[in-house]
Amino acid sequence: MKKVFKLQNLDCANCAAKMERGILKIDGVSAASVSFMSQKLTVEAEEESFERVMDEVVKVCRRIEPDCKIIR
Amino acid sequence: MIKPVLSKKERNTLIRIIVSLCAFIVLIAVDKSIDIAASVGGKYGWLLPLFLYLAIYITIGYDVLWRAVRNIAHGQVFDENFLMMIATVGAFALGIYHSVSGLAIEGFDEACAVLLFYQVGEFFQRYATNKSRKSISSLMDIRPDIANVLRDGEVVTVDPSEVAVGETVVIYPGEKVPLDGICTKGVTSLDTKALTGESLPREIASGDEVLSGFVNLTAQIEMCVQKEFYDSTVSKILDLVENAADKKSKTESFITKFAKYYTPAVVFLALALLIIPGAVTGKWDVWTYRALSFLVVSCPCALVISIPLSFFAGIGAGSRYHILIKGSNYLEQLAKANIFVFDKTGTLTKGNFAVSEITPKDNADEILRLAAIAEQGFAHPIAKSIQAAYGKEINADHTLTNLAGMGIKAENGKEAILCGNEKLMKEFGIEYQKNDGTGTVVYVAKDGVFAGSILIADQLKDEAKSVICDLNSMGAHTVMLTGDNEAVAKKVAEEAGVSEYKSSLLPDDKVREVEALLAEKRPKDVLCFTGDGINDAPVLMRSDIGIAMGAVGSDAAIEASDIVLMKDDLSGLPLAKRIAKKTMRIAYENIAFSLAIKIAILILSALGITNMWIAVFGDVGVAVLAILNAMRVNRKYKQTTK
Repeated sequence: MKKVFKLQNLDCANCAAKMERGILKIDGVSAASVSFMSQKLTVEAEEESFERVMDEVVKVCRRIEPDCKIIR
Repeated sequence: MIKPVLSKKERNTLIRIIVSLCAFIVLIAVDKSIDIAASVGGKYGWLLPLFLYLAIYITIGYDVLWRAVRNIAHGQVFDENFLMMIATVGAFALGIYHSVSGLAIEGFDEACAVLLFYQVGEFFQRYATNKSRKSISSLMDIRPDIANVLRDGEVVTVDPSEVAVGETVVIYPGEKVPLDGICTKGVTSLDTKALTGESLPREIASGDEVLSGFVNLTAQIEMCVQKEFYDSTVSKILDLVENAADKKSKTESFITKFAKYYTPAVVFLALALLIIPGAVTGKWDVWTYRALSFLVVSCPCALVISIPLSFFAGIGAGSRYHILIKGSNYLEQLAKANIFVFDKTGTLTKGNFAVSEITPKDNADEILRLAAIAEQGFAHPIAKSIQAAYGKEINADHTLTNLAGMGIKAENGKEAILCGNEKLMKEFGIEYQKNDGTGTVVYVAKDGVFAGSILIADQLKDEAKSVICDLNSMGAHTVMLTGDNEAVAKKVAEEAGVSEYKSSLLPDDKVREVEALLAEKRPKDVLCFTGDGINDAPVLMRSDIGIAMGAVGSDAAIEASDIVLMKDDLSGLPLAKRIAKKTMRIAYENIAFSLAIKIAILILSALGITNMWIAVFGDVGVAVLAILNAMRVNRKYKQTTK
């Protein structure tokens, strides 16, 4: 399943790249992309575990760029 | 309503920057002219300038410091805020060390300036990216805000997403069509420019299809909604443009990967620079200073931001000319594209039949009149093209007889017209002059005597020749694929000037031909297929880049293609290629320029030739210049091709 989320206050392009790398390392994520220009996060993961994966995604983002909020 | 240029947050930051900058300039001017520390005098005279600079430092940089502390707690070692903090706090520490040990008081102003200019650079980056985002969304200013839906005999204004399929929507003049549907009442003209690039308004009446994003110009109409909002044309196009930046280019992936190693590398170099020469020479303060300058340049943000910004601007420039590019990667590919494959009918040619020649010329009007009488009332393309060419009303009481496979016989008491192919002429024993033109030939005879012939052919688009010529001159190989026979294909190919053509292809053969071309091309070649999106979705998907033309309203074509030319005009193709090339050139310029400056500063600081001032100007200045350069992509392009 693929879902797109809007990101708020993603201010730094390098952080976006870091977030993307961090999210890709999460167990269960098959594909992910953080677009700095369109301020969007695309996550692909199995449907059953999607909620768990997203919780981890939020954690990863909070660690890398605490100002940035994922709108779920 | 005019929206404020800056958001509240941006305005606050700007005010903070200006206030700090002014305070900083005043302070530094005073300090340089009267030397505050010396005029206070005493052993602790340096404390006053320290506190003054520190006050400005904290005003301008408290957020950076806070983020640095917070992020380091999260384990983000190579965080740019953290590096900036180390560099500036280090510079302050060095200044204090100098002051305590009775050396010249220096370094406070530098530390303050580094953070100040860092903030200026950050502000500019944020402003530029926001502006560029906004410019794209305003280019695509086609999102309808409201729908006037007819419920229980009353008009209710709702959000377009709340309208269900089958409901009736009223569209007043001046309003945007909110959803896709069929007109049920009223006659009006619609401005379709935003979607199709066509400047002539489209006339519609009840029963005609109306697409969301069109603008109603003249009269009130009602329409029956056929698609929900998320499924309608306008949503699909907006989605496509907004998500285009998600598909990342190889250049961008390269640069983010580079940044991943660049920052740690520079930080370790800084450490090495501090420890090795420091231990050898014992001049710790000199080498600490040089190492701190390294940290100032270690931030990769300028590099990382300028690349997606260039591509974003490229995508924006495309949509300004009604060229939808579905991702940065396609822009990158298009810049390299050198094999252009075209479908013939509907792409290189107009796809409609038209009278192209009447022989003999001096009797043209009469021949056309006769043919129009015979072909009146028939709906096939040939008859239609003759009717269109005649253009006048036909007042004839002829009895029409359809002679299957041959043509038509039309007669009244006064004249007998024969209109059809060679077989018809032979059948009636008429001596005719053979017409060897390519296309469909209609022979006309009156009262048993041959009158002349009409050549009907698919016409080349007006711009086709110049576009092919343009592409050929860019060094591209152009190929035309068609289902037509050899003779027709050869003529069109020669007229258009394509370098190669393949004729008599069945729809499946087109896929095979493209696959063959893909198989024989060199690895660095990029094959680009252009079609009108009808029946060629498989080919569009198979090619390296699939370009659909005039595809608005055809979901299959929009989905299968990588680039959509909304306007049914081939000249969008060389234009798209020029935009792509320019984008790539600017992206490479930015990489080369930023890297060159950064490396130069690193070397110079290691040698002690530069100071921290130059380092911060280098870092922030490079970012600003790279961003300004990136914005150059989205400027005006000459649309006409010669």
